[in-house]
Amino acid sequence: MIAKSPLLDAKIPDGPIQEKWANHKASIGLVNPANKRKYTIIVVGTGLAGGAAAATMGELGYNVLNFCIQDSPRRAHSVAAQGGINAAKNYQNDGDSVWRLFYDTVKGGDYRAREANVYRLAELSANIIDQSVAAGVPFAREYGGTLANRSFGGAQVSRTFYARGQTGQQLLLGAYSALMRQVDAGRVKLFARREMLDVVLVEGRARGIVCRNLATGEIETYAADAVCIATGGYSTVYFLSTNAVNCNATAAWRCYKKGALFANPCFTQIHPTCLPQAGEGQSKLTLMSESLRNDGRVWVPKKKGDKRPPQEIPEDERDYFLERKYPAFGNLAPRDISSRAAKEACDAGYGVGPTGFSVYLDFAEAIGRLGESVIRERYGNLFAMYHEITDENPFKQPMRIYPAPHYTMGGIWVDYNLMTTIPGLYALGEANFSDHGANRLGASALMQGLADGYFVIPATISDFLAEHRPDGLTTNHDAFTESVKAVQEQVKQLLGVNGSKTVREFHVELGRIMWEKVGMARNEPGLKEAISDIQALRDEYWKNVRVGGVNEDMNKSLEFAGRMADFLDLGELMAQDALERAESCGGHFREEYQTEDGEALREDDKFCHVTAWEYKGEGQAPEAHLEPLEFENVKLTQRSYK
Amino acid sequence: MKVQVKVWRQKNADDPGRFETYPVEGIIPEMSFLEMLDLMNEQLLKRGESPVEFDSDCREGICGTCGLVINGMAHGPKCACTTCELRMRDYQDGETITVEPFRAQGFPVIKDLVVDRSAFDRIISAGGYTSVNTGSAPDANVLLIPKDTAEKAMDAAVCIGCGACVAACPNASASLFVGAKISQFSLLPQGEAERKRRAVRMVEQMDREGFGNCSNHAECEAACPKSISIENIARMRREYMKGALTEA
Repeated sequence: MIAKSPLLDAKIPDGPIQEKWANHKASIGLVNPANKRKYTIIVVGTGLAGGAAAATMGELGYNVLNFCIQDSPRRAHSVAAQGGINAAKNYQNDGDSVWRLFYDTVKGGDYRAREANVYRLAELSANIIDQSVAAGVPFAREYGGTLANRSFGGAQVSRTFYARGQTGQQLLLGAYSALMRQVDAGRVKLFARREMLDVVLVEGRARGIVCRNLATGEIETYAADAVCIATGGYSTVYFLSTNAVNCNATAAWRCYKKGALFANPCFTQIHPTCLPQAGEGQSKLTLMSESLRNDGRVWVPKKKGDKRPPQEIPEDERDYFLERKYPAFGNLAPRDISSRAAKEACDAGYGVGPTGFSVYLDFAEAIGRLGESVIRERYGNLFAMYHEITDENPFKQPMRIYPAPHYTMGGIWVDYNLMTTIPGLYALGEANFSDHGANRLGASALMQGLADGYFVIPATISDFLAEHRPDGLTTNHDAFTESVKAVQEQVKQLLGVNGSKTVREFHVELGRIMWEKVGMARNEPGLKEAISDIQALRDEYWKNVRVGGVNEDMNKSLEFAGRMADFLDLGELMAQDALERAESCGGHFREEYQTEDGEALREDDKFCHVTAWEYKGEGQAPEAHLEPLEFENVKLTQRSYK
Repeated sequence: MKVQVKVWRQKNADDPGRFETYPVEGIIPEMSFLEMLDLMNEQLLKRGESPVEFDSDCREGICGTCGLVINGMAHGPKCACTTCELRMRDYQDGETITVEPFRAQGFPVIKDLVVDRSAFDRIISAGGYTSVNTGSAPDANVLLIPKDTAEKAMDAAVCIGCGACVAACPNASASLFVGAKISQFSLLPQGEAERKRRAVRMVEQMDREGFGNCSNHAECEAACPKSISIENIARMRREYMKGALTEA
């Protein structure tokens, strides 16, 4: 029996899982409509979660302050999601239901998510589609005018709604337009080009933020009755990832340092179908939709270091390793399995391309069977994108792909109300840990961001506000002054080192450590090495980083320097969490814990829990707190894809 | 390979600004254009000079953050392409490449290549939405929208708000940007209720922000990384006329 930490009360409502959310909403404290405008709520982030939350809370009548690091809220990285959004509408009459979506998500997460949260997510999925359509999102349609669906990984029903390959963009623009309507109405005030650098606590409660105006360098303070963090995930700790170059963990990390527990930091998702690194100087990796594996066959040469062009390698000298290892699922094996298999092939010396770190994704057989025009119709835009980036024509030669960090399931610990362990501080979307367990299914990230933003937080926040009336607190309070001082001190320190290595050089090095030792496959000696490597890199960072410029100006090198300092700390915590979790589950694969066939082996007796880390101060070891996971509705089973 | 980058440097909005030329070495052809600029900045930092500020984020052509005028053309010479999607293999070894910010009265320079495009946000907040509060939407399939209509609306909705249309226009008009949003909503039934008011307000806001008028050069369509058609400008004009004549 895993003992529950007293800090981690998930506040899951009583009753059968189907009734929890409805009962909870019925018992939540409310704020009178006339009083709502007296409350100020800060929302940091304008992606699907943050944008939808700010818009909806503005509609309700709260006074909302909304911040983003980009020049416009419309640029948040949710914009880049391609595939689609899941919803249990059952428009296809193929047997889908809230229960099935719930079940698929819990199983897909390898039984490391909270049942009650996932059920609520599945319940709200249908409302998201209604809301988005009303906002004018041009989803794909059938000739009769009804909404179209497609299938996606990890499900046997067709429940994914999409807008070409730009679903994230269209949903984000839907939330953005709702947000701009509230800006128009004067209920939301927008602060673009602001980076949150601290959360301010007064008597243990979140009461505001400190941020840096990225255009002028000015350090600004804002007070509020509650603070919501919706600042996304931390895949950029790996330097190269599919995330945007400004994605970072700083807002979440500063909350952690103020006492918000950080849950399951080792749960990261490495996506199998991305463009491989082309050489030094690369700044990011590009995702190619997973749908390509429907018709593409993954292979490497049977001979190590075979430098022949792919067309000259005869059929019997190729190893179609996914088909060989996983005959039942073949090239459609799940993300974590496929990624690991590609890495193993390359690590063993069978990789292809100039760096030896890529595998072929070959469409020759499908083109032969279906004809070029069918393939063009299915994947034309992806083939064009690949051609554009690599200068190689995938109709003539196989694509080269390699896995890349894509999404982080871990994040700030939240209870059922999305409140962190700091009263009045909430975390939404990818920034929290709650719904995806150890592995996220395709088309579920958009669903969670919008569920949190449109429906969950606007309902749950009133429960807290009703108990905490506005008290006229302003940024003149000492807590703000102290926080500003600490922020300025760090900026001064970063600018003062004036060493010889740039922030980017450090980031590349950290990324290499994380990728090799805290990446797709992890083991005890490697993780211990990673921890000491990161500690050494951190020591060097504070002695030898060169930032350049001044604070009182636009200075992107300084922005990245602050984020880098946090990545060094977060990277170490990820390694420590991965070390502590002596089992394999979902995206967390510990080589010591695998079945005879090389599959992830969970240790449910010991690790069927959330690990949430508490910051104990500079140079002190963080403390692990456990929240046991109880599965009352879904039976724990071992996954198999043979 | 190596290139010379002749780049616009400007301390702030009040500074007149000037060109500086920097050599960049160690480029590989697979690099993107922005990675070449990253390399330039690394080399500047190492030499103790201040890096050239430029905006970018997703680096895969969807967020609309990046936007440079390269050799006189917004987002460079390639069609249907953002700055971040350009590759160095399309440039010659030893070439001099001129890089400037998007220039327009409506886009004041913040520093170097970074401009303030918040005017676009203000235009959207002047009606670029449907007034439907969260929770009040009917079932999504209640509203039947023919496939062709949805596709047409999507053709306009793909706008990434980068501002290349403004930068490419001799009048610095934002008509393609505004026309795309007005089109999306005027094609869809969801936009019907506020159709006239929206068109009038958005167009008036565009004028207030200091953007010029459209005189049919169609440079915007050529520069648009998402190939949005100027048909949307024609639709904007019709919607505006209808709105202005019938809306009190």
